[in-house]
Amino acid sequence: MRATSPAFRENAAHALADKRLQKALVFTRPAFPSRRAAAIAQLPEFEQLRKTGRDIKDHTLANLDFYLETWAANVERAGGQVHWCSTADEARAAVLAICQRVGARTVTKGKSMISEELAINEHLEQHGITPVETDLGEYILQLRREPPSHIIAPAFHLNREDWEESFRASHTDLPPGRVFADRRDILAEARAQLRARFLAADVGITGANFLIAETGSTVIVTNEGNGDLTQTLPRVHIVLASIEKVVPTLEDTCTLLRLLARSATGQDMSVYTTFSTGTRRPGELDGPDEFHVVLIDNGRSAMLGSPFQPMLRCIRCAACLNHCPVYFTVGGHAYGWVYPGPMGAVLTPTLIGVDQAGHLPNASTFCGKCESVCPMHIPLPGMMRHWRERQFERHLTPPTARAGLRVWGWFARRPWAYRLITRAVAAGLGRLGRKRGRFSSLPLAGGWTGGRDLPAPEGATFFARYAREQRAGRA
Amino acid sequence: MSKEAVLGAIRRGLRRGPVPDDLASGLRARLRAHPRHLIPARSLLPRPAQVALFIRNVEKEFGSVIRVPGPTDVPAAIADYLAAQNLPSALVLAPHPELQALPWATRPLLRLREGRAEPTDLVSVQHGYAAIAETGTLMLPGTPDRPTTLNLLADTAIVVLLASRIVGPLEDAWDRLRAEGHDPVTGGFLPRNVMLVTGPSRSADIESTLELGAHGPRRLHVVLVDDDPTAID
Ligand code: SF4
Repeated sequence: MRATSPAFRENAAHALADKRLQKALVFTRPAFPSRRAAAIAQLPEFEQLRKTGRDIKDHTLANLDFYLETWAANVERAGGQVHWCSTADEARAAVLAICQRVGARTVTKGKSMISEELAINEHLEQHGITPVETDLGEYILQLRREPPSHIIAPAFHLNREDWEESFRASHTDLPPGRVFADRRDILAEARAQLRARFLAADVGITGANFLIAETGSTVIVTNEGNGDLTQTLPRVHIVLASIEKVVPTLEDTCTLLRLLARSATGQDMSVYTTFSTGTRRPGELDGPDEFHVVLIDNGRSAMLGSPFQPMLRCIRCAACLNHCPVYFTVGGHAYGWVYPGPMGAVLTPTLIGVDQAGHLPNASTFCGKCESVCPMHIPLPGMMRHWRERQFERHLTPPTARAGLRVWGWFARRPWAYRLITRAVAAGLGRLGRKRGRFSSLPLAGGWTGGRDLPAPEGATFFARYAREQRAGRA
Repeated sequence: MSKEAVLGAIRRGLRRGPVPDDLASGLRARLRAHPRHLIPARSLLPRPAQVALFIRNVEKEFGSVIRVPGPTDVPAAIADYLAAQNLPSALVLAPHPELQALPWATRPLLRLREGRAEPTDLVSVQHGYAAIAETGTLMLPGTPDRPTTLNLLADTAIVVLLASRIVGPLEDAWDRLRAEGHDPVTGGFLPRNVMLVTGPSRSADIESTLELGAHGPRRLHVVLVDDDPTAID
């Protein structure tokens, strides 16, 4: 996928002005946060499980080479093949080579973020192979040639009319005058169209939520069942997995599964959690004759031993997106690459470069909500701050911002001056904003007030107030 | 494109060479011991309560459960369910000895076929290997006598499950498989495919509104056979 992350500011401005998108961000916004809260309220051990989950991943990352080798040996014992790829190019070539060798014409696909990262669809199309996305959300996005806007609810920004319009335009074999009475009809049409595709496909490509070293398994977690049909019906199954997906044992996986669905959709368990280990066994009626795992580094190993290593614990649950005020103001597309929201703001600069994606770690209010909900205890705001520092060191921060920081720095090193100026500003703004309690426009702060209001200060600074309360003997 | 290149990059990141032997043997010991972590207390219950929790959780996830006193009652329970739902009485059945031994002849109107599911099949009957009370999940390993397509292709998926196969947490279900499973290719316990199924297929991709029956079954019905006297209140 070509990154438009360098244009985050323009993307965001565009998104703020897009009435249809803004409506979707309010009305079809998934109710994930309340469902997550309800699910967690039912599991008193959740906090303890988070810590255990973090420790499992930290242990695995510290021994990543060992666990990957063990896992790969077990894949091979089960009749599968592992293709080790350092780069996206190598991974694309590996997938294409398998498809070409088996003479594939169509390939069905389960939802996979790494496949977006590799832009595998475009690559297959260029070589005359038709990829078909089968996750409902990914399917309509493919019809509309749009990238996903969310890592687990890829098409939530579309409304019913968008679906109907795209289906009428694409399913030209059906009567043009057909009526979609409700969402069920849309779903039924997609199901029928995709059934035919599942049955005709020569190769099925899925992602992997986990790789299990102990058994050589790959694991997918879905609600629709499309991933299972993708990997069960065609003769060849290709799994795309990045290196940090490995975990040692089934027991380790149990703990991570308890965190994943609750953090994602608020389910206790997703509908289908499927463990695949090698090729169809003698006497078995179902399953692929060939089982390939394309194992991809593509920048992950460079995060090891860096301040960004904790990001490799990410299980792609999307809780950080779902709770992010910035994400729900601009939507996912504004981030300009595969991974949006807080996890994307950390991951994208590591994978495509901070020169390309430097705006993303700045698109944060540092409210800290993402870190507080992340099931893997990933210090997302801290890592965004790291990116800002690197940007500053590498002189990628714009001159006006550098100048502003210099001014602030001058005051910050001189507490008497800092107090003086903040007292004056707080008092001034406090008087001006007393009536409304907020400002919707301010001179020199148009960049802020263009997208949101600035709350008016209450008149006194924190310092002044703290000193007063100290004197009153309360604090 | 090579294994060495990927492993080398990882070791460079971790600032070390290959894992030394003493450390590696510690890691191998951890794999062999596969230690359990914290297990939520919610499913650690007396047997009858565990079965009740399983049923509650299946229903919470939009599945349905009928309890029957013994295996001989299964064909009637299935026939009655299909009639009540206005579904056809043709089924595709897992070629599992426990299902083959059921007295299907008592319900002559049921038309049975054994094997994998075809896209035209509307109702499938699978053999449940184990079930997890903690989340209302069925464990369905793909073996020659439990074809995977039976979990996926039919509109209505029926699973016949013995109450003695219901466990509390997920770890206990893996332990059963660790003890009983035998894979002819790897020599290990894990079959090629294991599906953990929690309720019928669904999607909320259209306007974030939940609809059942996205690609897999619209209905998931469990016929629970009370073979375990300790599980009955
Ligand atoms: S960073 Fe944390 S909250 Fe965000 S997707 Fe990854 S695991 Fe989930």
